[in-house]
Amino acid sequence: MGGYLVRRLLYTIPTLVGVSVAVFLLVRLIPGDPARVIAGLLATNEDVDRLRVELGLNRPLYVQYALFMRDILSGNLGISALTRTPVLIEIGSRFPATLMLAITSTVLATGLGVVAGVSSAASYNSWFDYAVMTVALAGVSIPVFWLGIMLMLVFAVHLHWLPAGGYGGPDHLILPAITLAAFSLAIIARITRSSLLETLEADYVRTAQAKGLPHRLVIYQHALRNALIPVITVIGLQFGTLLGGAVLTETTFAWPGLGRLLVGAISSRDYPVIQGVVLIFAVLFVLVNLAVDVLYAYVDPRIRYG
Amino acid sequence: MSTRASATGELRARARPRIGDPRSPARRLFRRRTALAALVALGILVGVSVAAPLLLPLDPDEADLSQVLQLPSRGHLLGTDQLGRDLLTRVIYGGRVSFLIGLSAVLLTVTVGVPVGLVSGYFGGHVDLVIQRIVDFLLAFPGFLLALTFIAILGIGVLNVVVAIAVASVPFYIRLVRGVALSVKNQAFVEAARALGASESRILTWHIFPNCLAPVIVQSTLQVGTAILTAAGLGFLGLGVKPPTPEWGTMLGEGQTYLLSYWFIATFPGLAIFVSVLAFNLLGDGLRDAFDPRRHD
Repeated sequence: MGGYLVRRLLYTIPTLVGVSVAVFLLVRLIPGDPARVIAGLLATNEDVDRLRVELGLNRPLYVQYALFMRDILSGNLGISALTRTPVLIEIGSRFPATLMLAITSTVLATGLGVVAGVSSAASYNSWFDYAVMTVALAGVSIPVFWLGIMLMLVFAVHLHWLPAGGYGGPDHLILPAITLAAFSLAIIARITRSSLLETLEADYVRTAQAKGLPHRLVIYQHALRNALIPVITVIGLQFGTLLGGAVLTETTFAWPGLGRLLVGAISSRDYPVIQGVVLIFAVLFVLVNLAVDVLYAYVDPRIRYG
Repeated sequence: MSTRASATGELRARARPRIGDPRSPARRLFRRRTALAALVALGILVGVSVAAPLLLPLDPDEADLSQVLQLPSRGHLLGTDQLGRDLLTRVIYGGRVSFLIGLSAVLLTVTVGVPVGLVSGYFGGHVDLVIQRIVDFLLAFPGFLLALTFIAILGIGVLNVVVAIAVASVPFYIRLVRGVALSVKNQAFVEAARALGASESRILTWHIFPNCLAPVIVQSTLQVGTAILTAAGLGFLGLGVKPPTPEWGTMLGEGQTYLLSYWFIATFPGLAIFVSVLAFNLLGDGLRDAFDPRRHD
């Protein structure tokens, strides 16, 4: 296990370096003069020149990258072009809202998704199986933001059961969390079902059935543990989908998280903030997948000795 | 020699069933009613979108301030929007934009992803290593975030949306095709072709590439749906096409402002996205089952 852990950790380093290069290039790839674009339409030539020096855009690329890395590693993500607040503070103030939404949705999607997938597979080819799979198919086809708006229309505008948006008590969290969880829930249900059905065809399961064990015992004691292994990977990957979906969900429900900060920053071309949020999202995604791989190796001995 | 030739001929016949054969993928696809229904629905949706200028009397972009925010009625079946534009007309014209973006994004992805994946898997070595590191770091970004980032760099517009979506989906194609290339490159038929003196490019094109077709077709069908969803998401955020171009996500985003009193502006474009993506997903699932009948999903 130790050897695998070290290898997997070392493997994360080039990925993180790649991420940093991509985020670094983000500003440099803007067509035209990046300093001019960042300074905005109202800036004078002197402003642009000053900004170019301030951002180090007049120096060789490798020097720029070295400075960029030094800043990141010391926790300096620059200053928002719009609010003149340090980007790290902007991000810090919105991170808890996004984290709360993402964790609630992950728990919802994983819990309900696995239960739906398992019960669907356990009653393979029944009306229940078809019903679950139909809902799951709708779940992967529905636009996140449209689902959000429709839920808002029904539960907030017409029934007045829940608030239409904003940030506050637990009732504010319900609609955004369901909206954000829907797609991942559907994916997890589909994967769990197909993985369990595949496992049920394995020889050891047939042996368990042949020796007369009850159907339920075969599924829950024998097959399920192996069937859930691929599901763990999917949950990790779904976390990325969730971060992307958070951008849309937060915008729909006026949820004050990182996603909305990013959209606002893109609209106002606030590049330091764009860089900061993209960097945080990517690092978060890489770390979650690292955690998933470690968990995976813990659950499945074939991986750590493979 | 002749018996050998007929033996390989027989093998090939067994491996590649014809359409009439119950084992043929096309026949299996048509036997699935849902997949067939999806194919028909897509035919109608795309057909109506393409023929929109011939079918509809109104201009999708022409504002009529005397007809602002009208409820659905006989004159405007889906009502009108905040600028008095007919919503039915805009939803149908929106299909032109969404399908165009979805299909071109997938076409671009396939054009880049398939050759790169083939080369990466077949040649291996340093080329493979470099390509896979690039794929790794593209995959380090959640897909939608990558598309958003590219829009942040390139600015909005149809072409930029297509490029942004293609960048976000190309790593999956490279991985997919590389996997197939790796799994077949050491098989007997490839060695036979090499022994007969076939060039590397000939082996890649005629012996390795055909094995990728089935997974690439399945993936691409599903990917058109994903691309339409991504484009609509960008449009919803106001980061898609330039107004007044009718695009489903953009219309939805504008409609949300009027949600309290005018539910239909946001509802119908969303329904159009949902139905189209559902159809592509059903067709993709049907194709996957048709190519690989042993799967359970």
